[in-house]
Amino acid sequence: MDYATLLQILDSTIRLAVPLLLACLAGLYSERSGIFDIGLEGKMLMAAMCTGAVAALSGSVWVGLLAGIAGSVIFAAIHGIASITFRGNQLISGVALNFVASGITVLIAQSLFRQGGRTPPLSGDARFNPITLPFAESLSGVPVIGPLYSEVISGHGALVYIAFLAVPVTWWVLYRTRFGLRLRAVGENPASVDTAGISVIRLRYAAVIITGILCGLAGAYMAAGLQAGFGKEMTAGRGYIALAALIFAKWRPWYALMATLLFGFFQALALRPDVIKNTMGFDVPVPALDALPYILTVIVLAGFVGRAIPPRAGGEPYVKER
Amino acid sequence: MTGGNASGRQETAAPFAIELRGISKAFGPVQANKDISIQVAKGSIHGIIGENGAGKSTLMSILYGFYKADAGEVLINGQPTAIPDSQAAIRAGIGMVFQHFKLVQNFSVLENVILGAEDGALLRPSLAKARKVLAELAEEYELEVEPDAVIEELSVGHQQRVEILKALYRHADILILDEPTGVLTPAEADHLFRILRNLKEQGKTVILITHKLREIMEITDTVSVMRRGEMTATVRTAGTSPEELAELMVGRKVLLHVPKEEAKPGRTVLEVKDLRVRDDDGVERLKGIDLTIRAGEILGIAGVAGNGQTELLEVLGGIADGTGSIVLNGESLDLTGKFSDGQSRRRQGISHVPEDRQHLGMIMDFTAWENTAFGYHHDPAYQKNRWLMDNDAILEDTKGKMERFDVRPPIPTLQAKSFSGGNQQKIILAREIERNPDLLLVGQPTRGVDIGAIEFIHKRIVELRDAGKAVLLVSVELDEIMSLSDRIAVMFDGRIMGERDPRTTNERELGLLMAGVSGEAAA
Repeated sequence: MDYATLLQILDSTIRLAVPLLLACLAGLYSERSGIFDIGLEGKMLMAAMCTGAVAALSGSVWVGLLAGIAGSVIFAAIHGIASITFRGNQLISGVALNFVASGITVLIAQSLFRQGGRTPPLSGDARFNPITLPFAESLSGVPVIGPLYSEVISGHGALVYIAFLAVPVTWWVLYRTRFGLRLRAVGENPASVDTAGISVIRLRYAAVIITGILCGLAGAYMAAGLQAGFGKEMTAGRGYIALAALIFAKWRPWYALMATLLFGFFQALALRPDVIKNTMGFDVPVPALDALPYILTVIVLAGFVGRAIPPRAGGEPYVKER
Repeated sequence: MTGGNASGRQETAAPFAIELRGISKAFGPVQANKDISIQVAKGSIHGIIGENGAGKSTLMSILYGFYKADAGEVLINGQPTAIPDSQAAIRAGIGMVFQHFKLVQNFSVLENVILGAEDGALLRPSLAKARKVLAELAEEYELEVEPDAVIEELSVGHQQRVEILKALYRHADILILDEPTGVLTPAEADHLFRILRNLKEQGKTVILITHKLREIMEITDTVSVMRRGEMTATVRTAGTSPEELAELMVGRKVLLHVPKEEAKPGRTVLEVKDLRVRDDDGVERLKGIDLTIRAGEILGIAGVAGNGQTELLEVLGGIADGTGSIVLNGESLDLTGKFSDGQSRRRQGISHVPEDRQHLGMIMDFTAWENTAFGYHHDPAYQKNRWLMDNDAILEDTKGKMERFDVRPPIPTLQAKSFSGGNQQKIILAREIERNPDLLLVGQPTRGVDIGAIEFIHKRIVELRDAGKAVLLVSVELDEIMSLSDRIAVMFDGRIMGERDPRTTNERELGLLMAGVSGEAAA
């Protein structure tokens, strides 16, 4: 494999990792607060449709982005009402929302555009345009590092940089701010938060809404960054892979970056069977590559790579005890 | 009110640190608190004592804003204060140390202390301040804890200190402790009492909720007694006695000794020879037990927990496999295989009240009537026809059992976990005793059970004996063994060290046997 091919694969690794990363961080907020969210997939799908539709109608990707966030946050709020206020089963609520999203996105897209459940192709300002980072042109001549900078790191849409920036920001929020302390506490032992005089319910809603916003970014990137428009089931299980990455990352932001980059790399490889054949000398079936994230997650869950301990109060609605 | 006034009138104008007036609270049909009034003087240690389920914890939860009282008023330092939530309680200077600690297990001590009392949006300044304050508090009150230690690595005693530190960090002037010594070793409890005395010297007011008379006598200035949701008395500790308090708690004289007739042992019911049990790791836990129990007698097994008593109960009850021989009513029982299980044993006439009632005795999420059917669910009286159970019949049967065993509240449809420990035990006892077994196995019958229920349970066990049944009693409480048993066998390291007559032996002799000193040397 030559250097140019490697750069191509790394470039697509980054682009493919971004929706995983955003969704994974989204899940991190929710699950750290004690609300399991299997509905990342549905929220991404909803955001992708809203972004695709509104960007097509308005011609502005930013208006589309706002619409995507709004769509995702509505789903997040429903999940919050079901699992926080009504103390419902979080897995069931999440699965139900995934099904609803799967159907309603196609339904809305079809009734708006009559294009077989797709939104019209986006172009120009209706997509996230690549941003050329400073010195990308001038440095491209420098051997090894130059092309890496100009071709892999520079030239992505704004959301890519926002996604990577979200990692240190999440770490900082989680471990350096009052909100983060309370968020981690409420996912471990909500009773401790309650007796400290802080509202468990308000904290959890805040976390769930942040999850909605980040899923909104992930979905918007799918529709207006990675691709040009919304299509049926376009998220293709990325919400679940993000969930797997979250477990793989043991609910930690920097690990989440590593995990999603790794899983993004697998996806990038799956797009280039020719490269694998050339380097490995034999065919690796694409489904095997697609399955790798899940296999790795099972290995982590089985405790081979250190224990993955989920937030202790995760999945359990908080009820004051007598 | 007698306590505050009796302690002196030099500060007649000083308001009480805390005063409750006519507090009432009901949960559905259960009146947890009925017209409760207390006054606690500033800088004193006030005890609240009562049996399990007397309403102590409910009262304190009202003070801490967890529940809203149906009626009544709270005065802090003479000011009527509404406490709608915990935040309000904290603002009013109330700190609470719960029986089950409210700590985040994987947080450091510092993080737990500042949680909810942070000074700003960023943690760093709060952590630095807390570190300083903790050092001062440690100095002042003997409350040393490593500030960077993670909670789950601390001993229970230290975790409790963190809870106290949390309250003091929030400037609590009134500290409420709910059953604080339940989880502590004696040395840790002594340290806690020193801390509480230091707090008192510094002018803090301490309210101690407990059901242990010894603690009340040792540390409190005044004490209120609760019984079935009502405040029965408030007295000065110096002017009362444990006997008086016990009587106030239970509402009648507590029987420290179980009145029972001379045993009239009949035929041999159980004969055990060379009984051996290995655990999952292959370690021998029972190393050749020989014992006999006759009809109409109680054999008490004394011993320090973990010397094979659990295994003895389990192999007799059919839960564990073993080798050797068990002969019941002249018939040999299987110790392994298909007919060595709880079901077979019950059919053969052995009832079992297990030591760990919450895991082996009942299913906590199931209702009382469902729990009553367990183990006897094949009873023809419980069947409607070949395929369906007759739930109404079980319900009726449970209702009767609950009345006869004085289970409170006598509602068969309540979940097992919503009963107090004593009432759970009564439900199990009713299930097992009313089957009229030839042999009753009973482990730690009164562990975690309040005084009133202990007396009741002891009476029922003696009644079963007087009805000509055999009873094997395992308990780590020497008092219980001494007062109930007709013969006492002491277990040590999987063996029976010796047998004694409770009328002629004493605690010292039994203690030596329990420590493994051989029978001849101890005699």
